[in-house]
Amino acid sequence: MTTLEVEALSAGPNRQRTPVPRPPTPQAETVLTVDGLTVGTARADLVIDVSIEVRAGETLCLVGESGCGKSLTCLAAMGLTPEPLTRKAGQISFLGDDLSRLNENQLADIRGRDMAMIFQDAMAALNPVRRVGMQIAEVLVVHRGLTWRQAEKQAIDLLASVEIADPQSRAKAYPHQLSGGMCQRVMIAMALACRPKLLIADEATTALDVTTQAQILKLMRELQAETGAAMIFVTHDLGVVAEIADRVAVMYSGRVVENAVVDDLFEGPQHPYTRGLMACRLHAASESHGRIAAIEGTVPSPARRPEGCSFRLRCPHAAEQCIEPPALRPVRGGHWAACHFAGDFA
Amino acid sequence: MRLQFILAKLTRGCLTLLLAVTFVFIVLRVSGDPVAMMLPDDTPPAIVAEYRAAWGLDRSLPEQYVRYIWSAVQGDLGYSFRDDRPALEVVLERVPMTLLLGLSGFAITVVVGLVTGIAAALKRGTGIDHAAMAFSIFGHSMPNFFLAILMILLFSMMWRVLPSSGGATWWHLILPAVTLGIINAGTVARFTRSSMLEVLHQPYMRTARAKGLKLTRRVVAHAIPNAAIPVVTVLGLRLGSLIAGAVVVETVFAWPGIGLMLVNAVGQRDLPVVQTIVLLVALTMVLTNFIVDLTYGWLDPRIETREAKEDR
Repeated sequence: MTTLEVEALSAGPNRQRTPVPRPPTPQAETVLTVDGLTVGTARADLVIDVSIEVRAGETLCLVGESGCGKSLTCLAAMGLTPEPLTRKAGQISFLGDDLSRLNENQLADIRGRDMAMIFQDAMAALNPVRRVGMQIAEVLVVHRGLTWRQAEKQAIDLLASVEIADPQSRAKAYPHQLSGGMCQRVMIAMALACRPKLLIADEATTALDVTTQAQILKLMRELQAETGAAMIFVTHDLGVVAEIADRVAVMYSGRVVENAVVDDLFEGPQHPYTRGLMACRLHAASESHGRIAAIEGTVPSPARRPEGCSFRLRCPHAAEQCIEPPALRPVRGGHWAACHFAGDFA
Repeated sequence: MRLQFILAKLTRGCLTLLLAVTFVFIVLRVSGDPVAMMLPDDTPPAIVAEYRAAWGLDRSLPEQYVRYIWSAVQGDLGYSFRDDRPALEVVLERVPMTLLLGLSGFAITVVVGLVTGIAAALKRGTGIDHAAMAFSIFGHSMPNFFLAILMILLFSMMWRVLPSSGGATWWHLILPAVTLGIINAGTVARFTRSSMLEVLHQPYMRTARAKGLKLTRRVVAHAIPNAAIPVVTVLGLRLGSLIAGAVVVETVFAWPGIGLMLVNAVGQRDLPVVQTIVLLVALTMVLTNFIVDLTYGWLDPRIETREAKEDR
């Protein structure tokens, strides 16, 4: 890596982070532990041996290209693995409970109350024929046992807390009468209704324009600080990562290839794929005179990953030993990478 | 905009009625002379002419038509040739029986059709689904007279548990109502299933699960309201054709409704009665369609907005 590139990574505009509410203390309660999760069909695995952990008040970003298994990992964490996929191995424990021991009804009690999810396309994720206020209130009726009247009143307060102007009349609106940004705020209000311990945001800001995206990110950070929730934030946007993450897990082709505290990751990415991602950023390109870098080739389909390291065929550093699959190993304190050469990069 | 919409629908409805009435008027008059049918062959021509004059059949066809329409608009649908009373009165006497049969059949259609369709969608690809769809094809493709006869054979002749003809007691209602209900339930089940399947894979259904809602609540509060529109359309069509659809079933079971009356009136060439019944059938069709159109806006708030936008 040239000095110019290093500078580009560390001095880009996205590096000016607004301070995160509080850095996670190691003593903070572990909210979610995913241990060796493998999800797939009989023919192919879409998520392979993924282990991640989030603590209360901490934000973990899952980063990677489309189809690398980020969303699927999140859905599995909610116990929502979509058919025909199944969880083939691994353990997910939430607040100390092994999720696989719970039946569907017990899971339903936890979902929406202790763990909540925000989806990418909020407009589509809201029920088109029901008023948004009712959709928020429903969570409170189901989990808190409120009457509809109480719940709807509280829904209006929640809409106000996600900074929707005129919440009283917005509560009566249908999703199609709101903008994408407003729908996303409604989703957030709905997710936070029961003050969950874990909030999973799956590309929550991807569909929004930059200004709205910044507002939503700020809002989510503030609300997280207020509730002390753990957050998993899925994105493919490194700018967003810099903005919101405490820890980052980079995924490639179903595996976590690098896992580090956000500053360590930006300052010294140890996996060639992460380094490639960083080089692809626009401002990195502008400072290296014009050309937008791209990682050669495409992500292999889960059914035909190359033997050994699945990034091998696209990797500029590939060597003979890459035919052996690299294990995720610590490079230095808390910084893990799955590459035979991890630690060799400056 | 709402008013404009309603007016447009009403105008179209009136045109439909006029077309139906005109068509029947012409067909009835070119297909045979009612007087010749009613009177013995050796009736003196003078008496025949007298009858023709009394019923207005001696005038030219256009004149008859204009007179008929004119008096129909004023609420006078003519006198029955057989029964010397206003045709409307004769027909209306039978309407309650047809409504009873039609609505009972419709209730069976709704319950059986929706339950089968929803169950099939939720249990897609399982034995329940296959059984439900087999039932649907059975109901859809079975001619109603055939099912009616089959029912009579089984329940009235082989097992002798239910009466096969007439409308004297509630027991008489069961066979014709079930026949009507099952015939239509097949179609409704199929529509419900496909409509539900489409909805069940929508992102908002995943949201409902992520919110921690249990199956019943997800289906009732989130899936059904979204799947309702195509189903309501089909149900509306079925409801509209209640009277028309009852003709065959009423005839087979000798149910004293207007369907049976229609068949008899056609045979006897009682033109005013036939015309009145057709008008009534067309009217129920138009009205139910109108009501279904109105419910769309209520079922799906997006439709109303769309209409409002198009109007602007």
